[in-house]
Amino acid sequence: MTRKPLNSLPGFNFWIKSRWPQLIIRAVLLGGFIIAILAGFLGTPVGNRNISIVAVWIAWWAALILVAVPIFGRGWCAICPIPMPGEWLQNKAVLGPSVNRNSSKVSRRFPKRIRNIWLQNAAFSLLAVFSVVILTRPIVTAWVLLALILVAIGVSLFYERRVFCRYLCPVGGFIGIYSQQAPLELRVADPSICATHKEKSCYRGNEEGYGCPWDVYPGSLTANTNCGLCMECLRTCEYDNILINLRSSGDKLPAVRGGSLDSSYKAFIMLGSAIVYSAVMLGPWSGLKDAAYQIGSLTWWGYAVGLLVVIWAALPGLFYLVTRAAHKLSPSFHNPRQIFNTHASVLVPLSLTAWIAFSLSFVFANGSYLVPVLSDPFGWGWNLFGTSNAIWTPYLSQYVPVLQTIVLTGGLFWAARKSQQIAEARNAPRQSWPIIIFCTFITVSLLWLFVG
Amino acid sequence: MRPSKYIFISGFLLAGLLVAFTPLPVPRNEPMHHIFHVDSRSFAFTPAEIKVDRGDLVTIELTSSDVVHGLYLDGYELEISTDPGQTNQLTFTADRAGSFRFRCSVTCGDLHPFMIGKLQVGPNLLLWRGAGLAILAALAGVWKFHQ
Repeated sequence: MTRKPLNSLPGFNFWIKSRWPQLIIRAVLLGGFIIAILAGFLGTPVGNRNISIVAVWIAWWAALILVAVPIFGRGWCAICPIPMPGEWLQNKAVLGPSVNRNSSKVSRRFPKRIRNIWLQNAAFSLLAVFSVVILTRPIVTAWVLLALILVAIGVSLFYERRVFCRYLCPVGGFIGIYSQQAPLELRVADPSICATHKEKSCYRGNEEGYGCPWDVYPGSLTANTNCGLCMECLRTCEYDNILINLRSSGDKLPAVRGGSLDSSYKAFIMLGSAIVYSAVMLGPWSGLKDAAYQIGSLTWWGYAVGLLVVIWAALPGLFYLVTRAAHKLSPSFHNPRQIFNTHASVLVPLSLTAWIAFSLSFVFANGSYLVPVLSDPFGWGWNLFGTSNAIWTPYLSQYVPVLQTIVLTGGLFWAARKSQQIAEARNAPRQSWPIIIFCTFITVSLLWLFVG
Repeated sequence: MRPSKYIFISGFLLAGLLVAFTPLPVPRNEPMHHIFHVDSRSFAFTPAEIKVDRGDLVTIELTSSDVVHGLYLDGYELEISTDPGQTNQLTFTADRAGSFRFRCSVTCGDLHPFMIGKLQVGPNLLLWRGAGLAILAALAGVWKFHQ
């Protein structure tokens, strides 16, 4: 893997270490977040005329899944406004560490048993069963956004560091697994410096910055998953030993660094929900849409149970059978459960590209709703920039299916390549074959949903 | 890069181009005029799926049973709308093959962005080519490491 440190670029360290650019961006986003909540509660109930729906589920989602996650990994987490008020209260400071930074600071650790992403998996699944309503009704979006910020504040007052981001945020969970593939990473330049540095200021903090808010020791960082790119360690490292690298490939394979069941399940949840959403939201089946929308009805219960069964049981169960076949085809000293956990990581690129393909049709078809909403964010008849009467126009509708095909086949190549790498690292090259056949089946199914 | 890798990459790229662009024989029937009565109601088009052959003349008679709805045809970029109880017509020649979504173009309620139907013109070659490319991509992923 080749790496190019960005720190050598002129002014890079200055702008990254300065707290002001990050604070300004986050403050602006926090303002937008508050406007989205207010618009949800006070604005028009018509979703595509209300900025809470259009800004969050079209503009932000497009920026996140099409740009931020594939390129910057956890770059969004670096500027996310949701944990901001909680951090201010927790740190008793807005910009940087206060003089008495250790005085009466919250030091309670999050319970060890739940220091994993199972809660994030559950939170995402909970939102998933209500997703059609969340995506279309401004008031529901407002409640969700408000709940996120209140929970973030609550846990910040009770537990140390950014527990919400690391263990609870339903968005942070999937950004974490997708960031493993990102071409950007934060790593130490020379691990021996960290090994001999007793103060461990990157983890404990000093007068220049806070100890890692993500509860990660940068000196031993080998994967992007839990690094929120908050840049605190760049500020606190006395040896300038932290680098932001551009890299030629993703994190090391789980065959080398080990996989975990919670992360495996995150991959299934993301892949399964991409498949179900594509059928419900983009397909011509109105019965499915009604079922997903009529919360509390018998059909909605059927939809909710069906969705949960797909993402928590059917897809993982099918994949387990595939891994058993892989084990039989090319036995290794790893048992099927280990094969399951490690090979589940191949679903990360597959599900990322499934979400990109899903988002392409959703975002290009509905992106033009942003133009009138900018002039009339609450749907109250304002015309701030003279664009409130702009007509809805789908963009690139002729090319979106072609783009989706390219993205999905690219994702399959990526997944197949990872699977083969994992199998070869274990001296069981044929172990990848059933996995790749499974991925091909999923890809062709997604193609059928998107362009069929 | 070793010569075998060049050969491998060139081979798969060539195969990909062949799968993506090779002209395929498509049976041509005498063009017909199809008239479809499409009812729009409560976030659904009925029928939601329409199939014609390439070159056919297509007339869509759009009606609405509840509120004002529209119909925008992706790929063809055509649009009509209709008031409740009224019928509006859209006639066009289906000269582009493939599968095209049509969607409501007039805000009609919460599920408006998801009010979607499908027009299929002739065989959906993009789907078949996509499936072929997928198989090729899977093979390329495996093959690379045996070079």
